[in-house]
Parts: sequence; C-alpha cells; structure tokens
Amino acid sequence: MRLFPSLAASAAPAVGPLPADPLGSPMWTYHAGKLFAGAPVVFDPAVRVDLPMLAENQHVLPVTIDARALSAVRRMVLFADLNPIPIAVEYEPLAAHAYLATRIKLDQRTPVRGAVLTADGVWHVAGGWVDAAGGGCSAPPVSRVRGDWADHLGELRGAAWPQGDATRVRIAIRHPMDTGLVENIPAYNIEEVTFAAEDGTPLARMTVHGSVSEDPVFTVLLSPAGRGPVAVNARDTGGVVVTGAVAPRSGAALAAAVRR
Amino acid sequence: MIARRGFLVGALALPFAQGFAARAEQFAGRYAPEATPIGDGIWMVRGADEALGFANGGAIANSVIMASDAGAILVDSGPSLRFGEALGRLALRLTGKPVRRVYITHLHPDHSFGSGAFPEAEVVSLPGTHRELERDGAGFSTAMYRMLSGWMAGTELVLPQGTVNDGEAQFGGRALRLLALGGHSEADLAILDSASGTLIAGDLVFHDRAPATPHARPAEWLAALDRLGAIGHRQLVPGHGPLDTGGTAIAQTRSWLTWLGAALDEAVAGGLDMTEAASLPIPSHLAGMAAARYELTRSVSHFYPGLEAALFPRIDA
Repeated sequence: MRLFPSLAASAAPAVGPLPADPLGSPMWTYHAGKLFAGAPVVFDPAVRVDLPMLAENQHVLPVTIDARALSAVRRMVLFADLNPIPIAVEYEPLAAHAYLATRIKLDQRTPVRGAVLTADGVWHVAGGWVDAAGGGCSAPPVSRVRGDWADHLGELRGAAWPQGDATRVRIAIRHPMDTGLVENIPAYNIEEVTFAAEDGTPLARMTVHGSVSEDPVFTVLLSPAGRGPVAVNARDTGGVVVTGAVAPRSGAALAAAVRR
Repeated sequence: MIARRGFLVGALALPFAQGFAARAEQFAGRYAPEATPIGDGIWMVRGADEALGFANGGAIANSVIMASDAGAILVDSGPSLRFGEALGRLALRLTGKPVRRVYITHLHPDHSFGSGAFPEAEVVSLPGTHRELERDGAGFSTAMYRMLSGWMAGTELVLPQGTVNDGEAQFGGRALRLLALGGHSEADLAILDSASGTLIAGDLVFHDRAPATPHARPAEWLAALDRLGAIGHRQLVPGHGPLDTGGTAIAQTRSWLTWLGAALDEAVAGGLDMTEAASLPIPSHLAGMAAARYELTRSVSHFYPGLEAALFPRIDA
C-alpha cells in the first residue's frame, strides 16, 4: 500500500537534470528550460566560442561559434543570457560546416554562448562572460542618428573564398537592426537569411533577431565547395527581401586588389 | 606608484585574508604620481603602460610639468579630479608655484579629465579638441565612472576655456612651440619646449606601448609623424611609454600604424572575421610593445566594419 499516492502521481515528468552552469549565470535555468525543453544538455569543449579579449564596442561584439569537432550538427544557437533579446541567431547548417561568425549587441555584462544540437538530440553548450558597457540594445543605431539608414537599406556586399573542403562566404547587409527598445523606433530587423546553390537547393539557413549588430555581417562555411555562385536571400520583419549572388572567385579578386 | 587600500586591508587582516579577498569590495586607492626630471625645469610624470582599468585608477597617460615665472605649466591633466589634484601638488612641490597653465593635447579622458583640479589655471587646447570634448565628453564620463568608480569621485568634465593654434607661444618666460596636428584624433597638440629641446608629442607618439586608435585617421597620423620627425628635438615625451632619448619612438609608432593598416586590409580581403583578425600574429619587432594584443583587438573593432564596407563588392542585383 502506498503511503503517499498523491505525491507519486504528481511526480515531475522525466526531464533530464540540467547540468550546473559553469558560468554561474542567474538566467541559465530560465533560458535552458525554454531553449532545450528537457532535451539532454552537456557543456562541451568541442564547441568553440571565440570572443575577443575585450568588448571594445558594446554595439559590435564579434562572436564565432565553431562546432566542426562535432558530427551531424543540426542547429546552432547564439545567445547572450542577460540581453533583453537573448537569442541572436539560430543557424541550420544544412549543407554547411558547423561554423558561424557574426556580431551582436550587448546591453550589459553577460554570458555569451553557443548551443549546438546534434542529430542524437543532445545540446552541446559552451561560452564565456563578456564585460560590456550598457546600452548596446537600447541606444539608437548609428544610421538612425546619421539619418541615412533608408538610403542604404538592404545594400548587400560579400565575397567567397575557398577554404579546404569548403567555401567560406562572408556577407554584409546594410540594415538598422532596430531592437524596439529605443524610444519611438519600433523593432525592425533582418529575420531570415538563406544561402542556396545555383539550382535553388538551400545550403544554409538562419533566423536572425534584433540583438545582431546594425549592418549585420555573417561568415559561413559552405560544403562541399561549390563551383557556381551562391545565392543569398535575406528578408526583414517589414517584408523587404534582398537577394544577391556571391561569385566563387570574388575573394581571390579582392585579395589580389588589396595586394596591388 | 599607486597605494591601494584593498592591499593594505588584506595584509592587516591576515587571518581572514583569503575569505575576505574573495568577496572584498574593491576600493579606489590613492594616486601617488611621481615626477622624473628630464631637463632644466621640466619633469615627466609616467603613466602605467597598461590598459585603462580599475587597478591603475586610469593613470596610464604621461603628463609633463614645466616651471615658469608665471606658475607651473602642465601638459595633460590625467584621468580624474583626484589625479589632477595630485599633479597640482606635485607641480607646486617641484616648481614652488601652483599650476597656472594646462595644455590638453587631445580629447581622450586619460589625458583630459583631471582639468577640474585647476580652477586657478587657464586650461587650453586646440579648437578641434574643444569640439570633440563637447561631443564625446559625456559618453567618456559614463565609461570612466563605470570602469574606475571610486577613483573618479568628484570628477566632472571641464572643457578647456581657451584655444591655442599652431605657432610660437610664451608662458611666464618659457618659450614653447605649439604644433597643431591631427591623426590620433581630430586635433592633436604637440609642444616643443625650446629650453630643454623636449618634444611633448601627446598620443601622436607611443613608445614601447602599442598605439590606441579609437578616433584615428591613419593617413593624417602618418603625415603628423613626418612633421614631428622633421622638428629638431633632443628628446621626446610620448603620450604613453617611456621617454625617448634615442630618437626611435616616432619610427616605432609609424611602423605599428603601417603594419596595422596593411594587416587589416589583407585580413578583410582574405576573408577573416573580426575575431580571427584580432588573433593575427603580431610581427616580432612590434609584439614586445606593451598592450599590443589588446590594442590590435581594439583597432579591429575600430576599423573592420568600415573596411568591409569599402572593400567588399556589392552582390545585390
């Protein structure tokens, strides 16, 4: 006979215990609960999160997540625990290496992390604290202050470089990336970027949030190295779609031009 | 150089030192700047060759004190009111007269935020520096209080009251040649003290300490170095780093800037992202400069987005 049948009946569902956060973040449990929804989580040095030695500009913190040491990566999430918009990018490296570099805004000192989902359903997490002055998300973008953001909206630049068995593609999109946290400026940001082969096959895809820096820049490693141009498609929250194509030899041309 | 109360308390409370230190609140210490005589009636006050931070109270820039019949002359007032006050006491002890003239070489707060300590002196700068401080002073103040907290007690932004321009100047019988240059910022003042043959270069010249570039205009900076190199001097006081008596600091600063420009161009053209560019190898003849990696990381942040915008081809139809 059970002494406490009610207790036994109400036992919590089988959720894997969340590992203690090596960074001691006050928001770890909250974000992990939402992001991972009970899936197994490991802190894993196989995920490299490269951060600069100092955040010189809280509006533009460069971050690289390199999870190429893991196999069968399905998703990569870049987030900063204490940002008002914690998630910056959710990346699906469809036919790409598990590598993403971009820049984010910071609103205060915060952990910055990469969370990488592998095909076995395990999230692999790494990151570090970054000390930053306040206001990265709550100060107006430079182009709003200058007043010329609309003149350059959606200008797309980029180039491609061969890198071993991959093609490194870097693109830059002119966009104010308004967070919605600045008085009288509603949220307005790039929300999706897709890289595709000439025949339209998607190679990599990402969802982008307002905590990515103004005039966002993304670096991806597409695989296998394609011979044709890579189609880039970016859509913002206002429905503006920007498209372009990165020529496979554009990086080499750039390097030659600078050397000259 | 800097007496830190935190150290003293920790040493006295030995039985609790470990547990105490782990949770100890950081208190600002007391500035104790020291002056080195570098000629007749001229002293150099050395800053720490480090990044600006709580541990050094922001005292990272060099200042110069000169004696004159009309009172002491100070070049750069330091990072905070208390540092400025300490400089004032030092100048009075060395010259027997209070500071009556303060030259601010450029806008940066490690050089310009101690001016509030000199209500009896005339604080002057180039007109461009005045404009830049009006524009950026409040932002600097926020950043300085955030990093230095207690060290900044009482510090308020004091704009220079007067402006000076390129040319010969006299103060209390001391002949100075003022050079209105730019490149490290919009306006950089360099001063040649004729009596001692000392060229006070401000942050146009860094010596054995990597140059900082938050407001730099590289081409203009290199031109300014050419002009400084053409001005005869016996010794040079850089904005950061030790006194240059061997005539090498101008060339060293030029060498860093030239390498930095080429390295960042090549990094962008080679497809590197910012974190990769900040990890580039620093050539051996420059790697020994203090704060080299730190300043390269900062410079990547200052220049990279602009270089990408300039070098990357448009790919939209």
